[in-house]
Amino acid sequence: MTTGILIAGFGGQGVQFSGKQIAKTGMYEGKQVSFLSSYGPEMRGGTSNCSVIISDEEIGSPLVTTPDVLIAFNIASYDKFESKIKAGGILFADSTLIAKKSEREDITAYYIPATGLANENGLTGFANVIMLGYVMAVTGLFSYETFLGHMVESIPESKAALIEKNKKALEIGFNYKA
Amino acid sequence: MAKKVLMKGNEAIAEAAIKSGCRHYFGYPITPQTEIAEYMAKRMPKVGGLCLQAESEIAAINMVLGAASAGVRVMTSSSSPGISLKSEGISYIAGCDLPCLILNVQRGGPGLGGIQPAQSDYYQATKANGHGDMHLIVVAPASVQEMASLTGLAFDLGDKYRIPVMMLADGALGQMMEPVDFEGIGCETLPEKPWAACGHGGKRKHNVINSLFIQPEELERTVIERFERYKVIEENEVRYEEYMTEDADIVIVSYGITSRICKTAIANARKQGVKVGMLRPITLWPYPKAALRRLAETASQFLTVELNMGQMVDDVKLAIECKKPVSFFGRTGGMMPSTDEVTAEIMKLAKGGNN
Repeated sequence: MTTGILIAGFGGQGVQFSGKQIAKTGMYEGKQVSFLSSYGPEMRGGTSNCSVIISDEEIGSPLVTTPDVLIAFNIASYDKFESKIKAGGILFADSTLIAKKSEREDITAYYIPATGLANENGLTGFANVIMLGYVMAVTGLFSYETFLGHMVESIPESKAALIEKNKKALEIGFNYKA
Repeated sequence: MAKKVLMKGNEAIAEAAIKSGCRHYFGYPITPQTEIAEYMAKRMPKVGGLCLQAESEIAAINMVLGAASAGVRVMTSSSSPGISLKSEGISYIAGCDLPCLILNVQRGGPGLGGIQPAQSDYYQATKANGHGDMHLIVVAPASVQEMASLTGLAFDLGDKYRIPVMMLADGALGQMMEPVDFEGIGCETLPEKPWAACGHGGKRKHNVINSLFIQPEELERTVIERFERYKVIEENEVRYEEYMTEDADIVIVSYGITSRICKTAIANARKQGVKVGMLRPITLWPYPKAALRRLAETASQFLTVELNMGQMVDDVKLAIECKKPVSFFGRTGGMMPSTDEVTAEIMKLAKGGNN
């Protein structure tokens, strides 16, 4: 099985971080993975996106143009990529920033007010981690433990204070019920 | 099993170079390869090496010439427009028989072009990356893992044959992250270089590194001698991967990032009953001519897929002496073909739409 994931949002929302964490977790779970971040003109315009592929087989093109899973963090990304999701695919949208609801019947859409939940819980800046927790719970793409373990590992000691916040954010997302 | 790490292609090359004993890096920033200089700037001081940002690409390649003359393992990296600037120095390095690694993380051209992945410097890399009768060994990785392993090979081959080696990558390979395992990459001891113009305490006759030969007889002799070495390289150092070619009616020829898209397209076309396979050159010079000639005996047609307007397609035609039809498919300017586009091209050829 091959899952192509496209993550998109504003620069600073943690799009690249999210993509790398997903790819790393896939790698530690013994899957083939690739991560390709946008470095083109769109990056210079303030939006950011990245392609992550998790597969049981050798990965061909690292570029995800028609995602199985789209994680959209802002309205511009939603508008640009919602129509590109493969039939049978999944949409995740941060409903604090994206007021629209998908009208497509051939995809499954999940909405979580990640930015709002982050702000309410003193976790401003952790909306991406809340989203990742939710994505994990819904898709079962990888295990909570592996993900948390390696995310904690990638936080340097000098930033140990962030560990608890990341854990809390991940939990909120994981336990979120729409 | 050694622990795999998730790295960008650019970073994997830099780390592999250090593991291979490279302690000198000279470069000048340009997208999409600047991570190499960034990585070298962080790591080189920690291993007693030198990372220097030169005032230009031209300065950087001439620093490489100097360091290689002194016998150390040295590399530079750039992207397409920057490689053009290095051309004069590359020819001097070839003329001086110096080993070094030159990395081109290709972007779209001509001119300043764009910053997205391309393979439009194939002609430049394989035919004339400088003036004069000369070749570089050109290696073309297709994954982050291979970027690391071919970096080690590039340094070894360069030293073995006293020849500059180019790694021809592209923006996608340079920027993408994949797991990489450094087990087996690198070396404990570096080869002796008795020809090097380095300090010797007056204990031997001094060595001269030079590419100027005013007497034509002498210049012809040095060029012919070098071409004899090129012949040995052509006989011994061709590398390629064959994928599902055993029963292939259509043989795709593709290298680097494009070959990966082709692999998926081949799987799709096979599901629709088309016997298609691929030969992926890993060395672009020397080129896998004999392998292609062999495949021309059994395949009915060839298709090259490249990120340009059709460059390597010429080498395929030459290799098989035009015995079978060779068609081309590609995107250029920084665009990458989708798997579906390549699959459609294969299906078109399978239905008799060649030429």
